Amino acid sequence: MYGKGLRGLSVATIVAVVGAFALVAFYAPMDADQGFRQKIFYLHVPMAIVALLGFIFGGLLAIQHLRTRDPKWDLRSYVAIHISLILAVGVLITGAIWAKTSWGVWWVWDEATLVSFLIVFLLYATYTPMRFAIEDRERQARYASVFAITAGAFVPICFGAVRAQQTPIHPHTFGSGDLPGPMWLTFLVSLGAMALLYYTLYRFEIATKLARGRLSSLRRQLLDDDAPVLRRSAAPTL
Amino acid sequence: MFADTLPDDSATGYVAAAYLVFLAILLIYLAIMGVRIMRMGRDLTELDDVVRERKAAEAEAEAGAGEPSEQEGQVV
Repeated sequence: MYGKGLRGLSVATIVAVVGAFALVAFYAPMDADQGFRQKIFYLHVPMAIVALLGFIFGGLLAIQHLRTRDPKWDLRSYVAIHISLILAVGVLITGAIWAKTSWGVWWVWDEATLVSFLIVFLLYATYTPMRFAIEDRERQARYASVFAITAGAFVPICFGAVRAQQTPIHPHTFGSGDLPGPMWLTFLVSLGAMALLYYTLYRFEIATKLARGRLSSLRRQLLDDDAPVLRRSAAPTL
Repeated sequence: MFADTLPDDSATGYVAAAYLVFLAILLIYLAIMGVRIMRMGRDLTELDDVVRERKAAEAEAEAGAGEPSEQEGQVV
């Protein structure tokens, strides 16, 4: 019941990810300037875009939670941020690998794009410990939603400010206008595949958490345990 | 076509590492989810055993209630 449509979605995701990787390997031409290392772009940039949009998505779901006070929106917001955080780890690692091969160093502290992404990552890294620190579930959900909205609003402001800087070292994906057709196509397919992967993992985790909640409820009923489980947890329960 | 995309510099290892990192993160995530699902399966089995034991106890009680006792069986 909880995993309705997940099988089809999973198959579509596998096809899209494998297709995107195949385009990167066999179709996208070699970049004249960067050479083979430019292939990281098709992984790193879509992952960064999807992670950042996921953070904003988590903020939008949190708005819905504060409006309705329905815990299912808190659960959705939590999962959206959780998956984005996992992708953000991938963004930082693949970005560091690209920096090493391109700039010769793993990290550049003078580069605003890198540092701002790290700040966003560290900001969201405090989300789960913050939830864990609050024992009362209702208060935990409310505070987490306020956090998700504030941090979600910070993401576009932060990156708007970074893009406005005059002398970037980090390459800009959009606006340069010199990406050839096959590269654009490969990039768009990679972006679509990454978005699909995000959505599948999001649905998968929601389904698991709902099933887990239902199982706990069933356990309490069967074992005549009237007292609700008060075990402290960062994850929301329904 | 593949020849056009063959690496001509030393970045091959780094590119492979980047894609392997992505796959590793995905696999770790799926492994964690797999462990959680296994735990849920264990809990389900436990609850299934509880239900079966209760049904067996109920059936035993019903059978016990249906059989006449020694005193009830005596003709007065």
